[in-house]
Parts: sequence; structure tokens; C-alpha cells
Amino acid sequence: MNMEGYSPEMRKLIEIVEETRPERLRRKYRKFSLKERKELVSKWHPDYRSDTKRRLRIGPCRGEIVYSEIADLLEAWPLIEPDSIDLSRIDYDVEILVVGGGGAGAAAALWAYYSGVKPEDILLVTKLRFGDANTVKARTGIQAADRAEDSPILHYLDTMGGGHFVNKPELVKALVSDAPLIIKWLEDLGFIFDKTPSGDMIEYAGGGACRRRLHCARDCTGLELMRVIKDEVINVGIPVLEYSPAIELLTDPETSAVSGAILLNLETEEYLVVCAKVTILATGGCGRLHAVGFPTTNHYGATADGIVLGYRVGAKLRDMDTLQFHPTGAAWPEAIRGELVPEKTRSLGGQLVNIKGEMFVYELEPRDVVASAIIRECAEGRGVITPTGAHGVWLDTPLIEELRGSGTIKKELPALYRMFIRQGIDITEDPILVFPTLHYQNGGIEIDSYGRALAPNGKPIPGLFVAGEVTGGVHGRNRLVGNSLADILVFGRRAGINAAKVAVSISSKPKLSLNHLKAYMEELKRIGIPRTKRAPILLPDYRGEKVLLRSVRVF
Amino acid sequence: MGKAYEVPEGLTIMKALEYAGFRFIRGSGCRGGFCGACGVIYRSPGEYKLRVGLACQTTVKDGMHLAILPYSPMVKPIYRIDKLKPDLGTILKYFPEIVRCVSCNSCTKACPQDLEVMEAIQAIRQNDIARAANLIFDCIMCGLCSTRCPADIRHPYLFQLVRRLYGKHLLSRARHVELRVKEIVEGRWEAEFSKLMKMSVEELRKLYTERKIEGGEK
Repeated sequence: MNMEGYSPEMRKLIEIVEETRPERLRRKYRKFSLKERKELVSKWHPDYRSDTKRRLRIGPCRGEIVYSEIADLLEAWPLIEPDSIDLSRIDYDVEILVVGGGGAGAAAALWAYYSGVKPEDILLVTKLRFGDANTVKARTGIQAADRAEDSPILHYLDTMGGGHFVNKPELVKALVSDAPLIIKWLEDLGFIFDKTPSGDMIEYAGGGACRRRLHCARDCTGLELMRVIKDEVINVGIPVLEYSPAIELLTDPETSAVSGAILLNLETEEYLVVCAKVTILATGGCGRLHAVGFPTTNHYGATADGIVLGYRVGAKLRDMDTLQFHPTGAAWPEAIRGELVPEKTRSLGGQLVNIKGEMFVYELEPRDVVASAIIRECAEGRGVITPTGAHGVWLDTPLIEELRGSGTIKKELPALYRMFIRQGIDITEDPILVFPTLHYQNGGIEIDSYGRALAPNGKPIPGLFVAGEVTGGVHGRNRLVGNSLADILVFGRRAGINAAKVAVSISSKPKLSLNHLKAYMEELKRIGIPRTKRAPILLPDYRGEKVLLRSVRVF
Repeated sequence: MGKAYEVPEGLTIMKALEYAGFRFIRGSGCRGGFCGACGVIYRSPGEYKLRVGLACQTTVKDGMHLAILPYSPMVKPIYRIDKLKPDLGTILKYFPEIVRCVSCNSCTKACPQDLEVMEAIQAIRQNDIARAANLIFDCIMCGLCSTRCPADIRHPYLFQLVRRLYGKHLLSRARHVELRVKEIVEGRWEAEFSKLMKMSVEELRKLYTERKIEGGEK
């Protein structure tokens, strides 16, 4: 079997797409009403299936429904035995600990520094390398309402509507009000935006947004973002510790405030003790849990560690019964299955087409709507089945060249072009096959507009800030394109600034304990969770079945 | 790595190694060709050439000999971007090794992004910062070019400086961004926000449905 390019059978199907292209170019396509959207999503989106989730049996949100893969992690034993940890030997004694080396963590560290904390009093720890994060893979852009035709008010409405109106209003207001400030900050740092010669931003349309509002750096906006802010973190001298994820938070036995974390050096397997006046969790999302068996666009370390750690110190979770399935993951070739085909492909005019060459959805509906429409087409037999048995629909990329002129794809989507040409497919000539892929954790630890983690009673958990994908409330039940890069910077910044204020106000050194963990373990014991279930999992395990069955652990 | 494993056809080098039983700590990052964590060196059967690539983007071939690079040793110079001039003088101060480039083009051949790496080095030497920045815009900083460079150029950090000099000092600022920031700081939208935030979901839904879409219906 040829695993690259298209087989002769697939070529025949491509001819159908080519046949209907002229007609589709001319036709206007109607958008769904809110009622139609709701019907489609509730019938086809994995969020609405009853077999994908279950009720939590433990912790501050006991009784709430979350995705089963998340419940498995929350109903699990810690990696460490609290009594065997020596908390008297402190390895790092800092003002602010930032857990996570993606965009939110880097922004938090920088803004804590800008707010007056000395760089050596900040520590940024990360599980993989600094910058190996979902941020670096974000492709399409950053939403910020900064054109005269646009306003933060419209950005607010779009975000609320996309999130099904359950977003937390104070967080949406913070997001849309700060987003232009963030764009200006990035310009100050030397970020290369797509601009006109006079310096105006070239802004693109995105699904669910009523104005062109996406600020891009070609089709690798997240890469440019991560490169620039990582460079700046290193330049200002903030210490960074790689391959050292947090595996547990610490709490002060007197005040119950979060007072640091236990890290694990993944390479030496030794634990490290960090004492910090304030801890900022910026650990990202959960794609590598492969909820409902979906492939994912996420980086290797996206295993929901922050949710587990935060929940064990009493943080409230929200909207963990919803995940974002990006409508367009690559469905073929197998080597890149699940990888992101950015929304910009549709912003530029790429249409979604079924096996009969019919356009079945307006391509810039909100993501959950488009994903549901694709799942419906495939479930009802109007999808294409790939040589490896995966389902997909066509994304008509050559149409972009017809609409916007030859050369547009190489200029606007160079990374996408490169990804497919490596697999023997020229997307300027041939359409590509796509299917939804697990992309984003819509919910998470509930925060307030200062970035403080909240307990179920609505009060902040002292000493704990949270920023980025690990948080919940900003996006409600569905995030719009370009709102995640805005989110990580807006709330990373807010967490950094406010954490700095708190750190300055605390004069005494916090005390360290794992008391909260002991209490959690009592609950685990009571409901009879087997000791073999442990979390956080830190990294997924993709080893082949045969190897796992015969595995003998020696070292 | 000199030892044979059988894997299904069509997997990337990264997935093939995992199928065979390896579990990564280093050598796996974004898994989508954007972070540069999984540089790999390999020789294909019947080929004398030593090739480099990304393990998450390269399909494994029968008989391929390979090794994943855990790290590319390199130290980044420290600078304050706002204090620098966007010219060759600045760059030579931090990266004097670029004068040693012999135009061998090994860097370009090594680049998994197919960038014109050597061209960019020449553009820098000709003091054309804008051209260089655009040539290496898609750099993922994997450092594979640097491992092949006889002049020991630290390309990832050199190019990062070039891009920031260009973005900071040579691109014009967006006036409309500045205006909007000023409005927000002055509280221009506060009254409307207070109104919106007090609205019921029904009222919001009505506003949302009635809002005009830029460009109109497609």
C-alpha cells in the first residue's frame, strides 16, 4: 500500500470535488440559525453523548459530570507517598513559581518581572523543553478588536455566543479589553505580524466572529509568539528548569495557602522541593488523554496535570464535560493523522465538501458546529474512507488559489503546504481529507479576573493563580479561533501582575506540607480506588501492545 | 540505532520507535513539526548520505539507520532588544562567527523546513536584515543546520535576533492598535460593558443574532 500521496481510487473521488468546484465558487451558502446549530451539535458532537462522561465521586466537585478520561485522573492516587517526602530540604526558595513553559507561563513570568519581582526570585518549571507546548502549534492567529470597524463589545458578543452564553462575563470582558494591549506588547517585543507596508494589521475572518479580527504571523502565529516571549524570558534572566514537571502542590499547614510544589526531574527521577509565596499554574490542556478515542493536535505533554494538582488543593472545576474537537484535523496520510489543518485555511475560502462534492456546511460556523457537521456527514455515509479505515471529508484547498490568486497558499499557509508536500500531497493542486481532532480543553480550574484560582464557595485559594488552557470560564462551552492565544497572554499577564502584588505583600516565608494530599488520599481509600491508578500521568504511553504485555521494569 | 525493529508501514520515525517499545522523555515535543525537539540523523539503505530531519515529520523506511538527537548544545547571547540597532554591527557583536561562513550550503541542505538558510546568512552579511528575517521566518529553531555548519554558526539564536530586530525596529507600528489601546485605557467602552454584563442570556442572544457580519452573507 502506498502510504503517501493519493491512491487511484482516491484520485477518482478528487475528480468529483473538481467537477463541483466552479458551481460552488458561484453559490452563496446560508449560515445556520441558532436553533439549527443547536440541533446539529446536540445530535452529533461528542460533548452531547451520554457514554463519554461520568459523575465525579471525589473532591470539591463531587457529583459533577466530567469526561471519563478526566474522572480517571481525579480518582487516582498521587505519585508520591506524603510521609516519604523530606520537606525540610528546600531545593528552590522563590517568590513566584510558574508551572508550565508555554505561552501562559512565559507571559506570567515576564509580567511578574515587569511588576518588580527580581528575575532570580521567579522560577519557571516545565515538563518538556521551554516552549514545547500547544502555544507553538497554534496556527491561525490572535483575536483582538483593534480596527475602527470593530469593538471590544463585538468581540465580547462573539465570544459569549461561541461559548453558548455560559462564559463567565468578567473573564470575557478582561479577555476582550486586554487583547489590544497584548497586541501592542507583542509589537514592542518585535513580533512580526502580517502587516501592510504602513504598519496596519492585516486581519482575517474567523469562525463565529462578526469582524475580521485575527492577527497572524503567516500560518505559524503561535510559533512566532513562543519564540519571541521565550527569548525575552531568557534575556531578562528568569531561571528556567526543563524536564521537571510539578507532580504535587504544597500547602502551608497553618493557613492552607499554596506554598510551592514538588517537582520530578524526569531524567534522574529525583523529586525537588520548591517553596514559593505564590504559585502560578499554567500547565495547559489534556489532548493526550485522547478522550473518546480521538486523535489530537496537542503536544506530547498535554495530560491535564494542572487539573489534578489544583483539584487536590480544593480548586473548583467547571465545564469539564466539554472539549473542543477542532473540525479539521488531517485524516490522511496516516503519518500526520490528527495534526492541525488551521482554521485560516477556511478563513481564506477553503470549503468543506462531502464524497458527492457537495458543500454541507458554511465553513466559518463556530468550531463545534463545523465539527458536528463533519461527523454527521461521515456517520451518514457521505464521508470518504481512507486506506487505513479513517473517515474524512474534503477540504477544498485548490479553491483558495482560484479565489485569491495563484501563490496564495504558499504565502499564507506555508506550514500547511510543507506538512502535506512532505507526505506527497500538493495542496495547491489537490484537496485534503479532514476529520475532527481533539484540540482544546474548553473548561478547567475556575478563576476570577485577577487570575486567582477559586474554590467551590467562590473564594480564592490563597497562593494559587492559574492561567491559560488549564483554566475554565473564559470560553464557556466552546472557544473561538484566536481566542486561545489572546487568553494565554491576557490571563498570563494578569496572573503575573497580581501574583507579584501578593508576593510583595507576604513578608514571612511560607511553611510546607502535604496535608491536603493526606485528606484527599483518605477519600480515595474510602471509595476504594485501586492503588494502581495514579496521576498525574505526565506523558502518554504509546508503546506497542506486544512490548507492554512483556514489559519487565528493572531500571 | 544499529538494531533492527519491525514496524507497520507508513509510520513517522517517532511513532515507529514508540511502536517498537521506546518511550520518549527527550526527543518528542509538539509532535507536529513546530518545536524542533525531535531532530533525527539517518542513512537510508543504499545511500552514503547522512541526512537530517524531524522524527515527527519523516516517514520511516525499511532499512533506515537512525538516531534521535536529545539536544543541540548552544548558548543564547543575552540582549535588550530595544537598545539595539537593526544592523550588521549589532549582529556581529553577538555572532562574530558569521564571518566564517564559507557558503558551503550544508545548512540549507539540512533544514527540515526547506529554508534558504545560507542565503539568509549572506543577506545578514550584506546588512539586509529585512530580507534575512523573511527568508528564515519559518525557522523552528531545531538547530540541525548548526550541527552541520563548519563555521560553528549558532543559527537558531542568530535568526531569533534577526527576526526581533526586524519586527521591533524595521516594521512600522499599527496606528489603529495604539488608538484602541488608548480608548480602552481611558474607559471608552466601560458604560457599554456594564450594560452588556447585566443583560439576561435572552437579551444577549438577541443582540448576537442581530449583529452584522462583516462582508455580509457569503
